[in-house]
Amino acid sequence: MSRHFISVEALKRQFPGTEKAVFEDLWFSVEKGEFVCIIGHSGCGKTTVLNILAGLDRPSEGAIIFDGKAVEGPSLDRAVVFQGHALMPWMSVLDNVLFAVQSRWPSWSRAEAIEHARKYIAMVGLAGAEKKRPAQLSGGMKQRVGIARALSIEPKTLLMDEPFSALDALTRGTLQDEVLRLRAATSLTVFMITHDVDEAILLADRIVLMTNGPGARIAEILVNTLPKERTRETLHQQADYYPIRNHLLDFLVRRSKDFAPPPGWDARRPPHVYAGPEKTGPAPAAVIGAATTPAPRSRPFAAAAS
Amino acid sequence: MQLSFRLRAAILSVALLAAFLVAWQLGTMGGGAAQDIDPEYAKLMGQTAVTGKSAMPGPLDVGRILWGHITDPFYYKGPNDQGIGTQLAYSILRVFIGFGLAVVVAVPLGFLIGLSPLFRKALDPFIQVMRPVSPLAWMPLALYTIKDSNISAVFVIFICSIWPMLVNTAFAVASVRKEWLSVAQTLEVGTFRKIFRVILPAAAPTILTGMRISVSIAWLVIVAAEMLVGGTGIGYFVWNEWNNLSIANVINAILFIGVIGMLLDQMLGFLTRLVTYPE
Repeated sequence: MSRHFISVEALKRQFPGTEKAVFEDLWFSVEKGEFVCIIGHSGCGKTTVLNILAGLDRPSEGAIIFDGKAVEGPSLDRAVVFQGHALMPWMSVLDNVLFAVQSRWPSWSRAEAIEHARKYIAMVGLAGAEKKRPAQLSGGMKQRVGIARALSIEPKTLLMDEPFSALDALTRGTLQDEVLRLRAATSLTVFMITHDVDEAILLADRIVLMTNGPGARIAEILVNTLPKERTRETLHQQADYYPIRNHLLDFLVRRSKDFAPPPGWDARRPPHVYAGPEKTGPAPAAVIGAATTPAPRSRPFAAAAS
Repeated sequence: MQLSFRLRAAILSVALLAAFLVAWQLGTMGGGAAQDIDPEYAKLMGQTAVTGKSAMPGPLDVGRILWGHITDPFYYKGPNDQGIGTQLAYSILRVFIGFGLAVVVAVPLGFLIGLSPLFRKALDPFIQVMRPVSPLAWMPLALYTIKDSNISAVFVIFICSIWPMLVNTAFAVASVRKEWLSVAQTLEVGTFRKIFRVILPAAAPTILTGMRISVSIAWLVIVAAEMLVGGTGIGYFVWNEWNNLSIANVINAILFIGVIGMLLDQMLGFLTRLVTYPE
């Protein structure tokens, strides 16, 4: 039925002993090769959504369909980059990646697995650090190993839970560039949680906006109309950059708190919105292909002005 | 030049020891001249009565006997008079067997308790009740059921070694960082591989700390256990020398018990450092 690569349907999660669900009636989808960020305040259940998608948590209601099958548990097809890198401190960099590679391909010889692991360590720019323990690495390098470990199993999708939030601004920048580069090279489907507006604009094709929890919903989905080839240096010079940024900030600061569904708002089809001038370019091909019905194009700024 | 901290500490240690030995020597040395008493009576009573010398041996007496033990630790003059080396070897052997058996039982059981909240809840009351029981209280039961004093001593060591290891292993396994388990889960790692590659290395430092506590307790308990069962071992040696009223030998035994206990502790400390990982 579902033609989407990842389809989140009527998702609800209520923790035992709480009166209200963290979030409820979440519907959205991710297409193959797409980079989708989810943004919202802490407590809105972003991480829970990602955990359910990873198979580490179960929804109270609803389901996630991944590549045609319902998500029932963890899978090597969905690699996770954890917020706190989650490297095993008693293993060297190589062993950490090797652990993943050998889990994916248990029949491989050790030499084969090592070669494969080394390739991915080199890909994140850590060639030569294979023998080091995580404790000997900087925060940025640790997260690089985390990414290498996730990519080494050649997953169908990469799930990232605020992967750079614990890093300083400079390191975060270089790692974001790294992710852009890796993504261009692998055309992976990526689902990422962030609370950093600029990070979302730099990386995402679409940005899912969640209202505050408990009882969080998806208010709308912002289509990132910036050209695909982005760099941190020139990002702010793009025509659509400030409208998008303002739209996101406006949502996080003001609208996420007391979001009231506007007339015609349908939880099953959260509206796709475009920030910026009327003449914004066409929606990314992925989104057009994705929409079973044409996504309603609301223009919050135009609406706010009238 | 300022002396290094370690050297200053060492000098202070030696000075304290010297002061203690001098005080000890002065305190136990006979003071007064031979009193005017019947020579036959004096012969009977020994120096204690004659010169006021204390029955407590001085450091020189103890040192002389210590030298004898060091130069001839394994002599055999019948079952009741064996070298202190032999006695210590018996005790160490008992501790190793009892402790080794406890490791075999406590570590897997600790894993089970740590991994299964159901078992943790179900076994908790037993552990809470059994743990504070003095291991020696088990001795009569052991003697009655096992009917062998040697094995009973080993059993007592086994029982007292089990608790710290069990509790530490269960705690360590239960508190393995959730994200490491999540990593294993998302990589679809099997149960056994997860236990040996993730949980065991993560929990190893705490498990080893439990073992270190266990071996120290085992060494404390073996002395008392051997006093009860008799026959061989350093505990028996202490009690035997008390019956001989050889306080110098008792003091020697205390010294040896302390040194061996320290070595056992340092051995486990070394192993703990081997499996400790920097975060």
